[in-house]
Amino acid sequence: MTSALKIENLRKTYGNGFEALKGISLEVEEGDFFALLGPNGAGKSTTLGIVSSLVNKSDGSVSVFGHSIDKDLARAKLSLGVVPQEFNFNPFEKVVDIVVTQAGYYGIPARRAQERAEFYLKKLGLWDKRNERARMLSGGMKRRLMIARALVHDPKVLILDEPTAGVDIELRRSMWEFLREINAAGTTIILTTHYLEEAESLCRNIAIIDHGQIIQNSSMKALLAKLNMETFILDLDGDLETVPEIEGYQVNLTDSHTLEVEVQKSQGLNAVFSQLSEQGVAVASMRNKANRLEELFVSLVDKNL
Amino acid sequence: MHSQLLFTAFWTIVVKEVRRFTRIWPQTLLPPAITMTLYFIIFGNLIGSRIGEMGGFDYMEYIVPGLIMMSVITNSYGNVVSSFFGTKFQHNIEELLVAPVPNWIILSGYVIGGMARGLAVGLIVTVLSMFFTDLQIHHLGVTVGIVLLTSIVFALGGFINAVFATTFDDISIIPTFVLTPLTYLGGVFYSIELLPEFWQGVSQLNPILYMVNTFRYGILGVSDINVGFAFTMILVFIVVLAGFSLHLLNIGKGIRN
Repeated sequence: MTSALKIENLRKTYGNGFEALKGISLEVEEGDFFALLGPNGAGKSTTLGIVSSLVNKSDGSVSVFGHSIDKDLARAKLSLGVVPQEFNFNPFEKVVDIVVTQAGYYGIPARRAQERAEFYLKKLGLWDKRNERARMLSGGMKRRLMIARALVHDPKVLILDEPTAGVDIELRRSMWEFLREINAAGTTIILTTHYLEEAESLCRNIAIIDHGQIIQNSSMKALLAKLNMETFILDLDGDLETVPEIEGYQVNLTDSHTLEVEVQKSQGLNAVFSQLSEQGVAVASMRNKANRLEELFVSLVDKNL
Repeated sequence: MHSQLLFTAFWTIVVKEVRRFTRIWPQTLLPPAITMTLYFIIFGNLIGSRIGEMGGFDYMEYIVPGLIMMSVITNSYGNVVSSFFGTKFQHNIEELLVAPVPNWIILSGYVIGGMARGLAVGLIVTVLSMFFTDLQIHHLGVTVGIVLLTSIVFALGGFINAVFATTFDDISIIPTFVLTPLTYLGGVFYSIELLPEFWQGVSQLNPILYMVNTFRYGILGVSDINVGFAFTMILVFIVVLAGFSLHLLNIGKGIRN
């Protein structure tokens, strides 16, 4: 497999002496859907900033599809599309002009740039807004505009820094679908997000960064396999006054019709239902208490403190 | 990047810059037209008629080249300083930084954008001046050459100012406290022969004097300074300022962390 992105011993110390990256190494395979997670200030945006030439590195190396950003920056940049965290387009320009201008920066002639802009603006539901000034768009539309702009030169790697921040659930889901679609078509995607559900749902591989160091780098499957215990919430069909006893399980009654049951990975849920059934307790519905990845994330970051 | 791709990137920056200043023409093209018309009426007609001749020409004829050059200088500078600082301020400079556009193309694009506005305003002022005087061009090559080179110098100056600027105040300090005084003292309204010898010497340290007088030579055929020296000096300025601007872009001053 070809490396879409290879980072080796990357360091960044800002002018005020803050060491944002302490020698991280990372490899993302071609075609991957990769999540870079970490708490605020962990170094995610600095890493992506260096990869996309917005931040000068202090040391280390970065290459995109084998093109070093030190020796072959133009080719590395041609392979990259970047969707930053903050809106960074000119709010007074028309939507279509923003996308066409970006295509021009990549050397795409005007007519071809117009065609590509039309394709991606239609794909992202912005074609009707093409002649509006960008400042008139809603927050979700502005995010989609930045995605259209990043894709207009057909990059092999798309970097998204918190692409769904501030986007409503419906739109977030449609954005996920779009990202899955372009990933299936061959675009390698690297994203940072605070919505761990998003990373779990979309990404095949994951790295967790904290205090400028990679503390976890594996497949999503392998990471989630580390989870030993899950908490399930059972909504009861009727009220209870006392906590029912379920042998081998830790049970809490959070209110008269809601039970929380902690289940070890090896235990399964059959015994829970059979014991509750024996006691005449009927379960109306069930759900996970928290996002599984979120539990792991918190435990990993806590360990690193 | 292939040369065709480089040209497309360069042209994209130029088109964006021209679109910007033409979109906001009431802020960029109209004010200098009004100001210069007032100069022509007040200094040229009302006061000028009492001043008499300057350098062997009507006062109106004498000040027209200076006023055209003043417009070119302030607008070439003003376009780049406000556009590039705005691009930095709104972070849309990142659109250029993530793209494979070499720094010399970025610089060239902004400089040509600045020149486009400087020359557009210069042309507007020239057309307006024709309502007040007959313009005869003495030396077309000198006239066109000096106006282009001066425009480049001040577009580069505006670029450097924008790179260092961190607030909107920073982009008005140089034009207000340096550029305007140097322009007014650069022989736009008078010949330095009117000054005492000491102040003539001081005036010769002002680079704008050379630009204004060379342009005046191109139009009227009279000058307070040596035209050949002026061209050499301006070319040196361009090389130094362009080199410094590229250095700032290469190190990412004010635009990269």
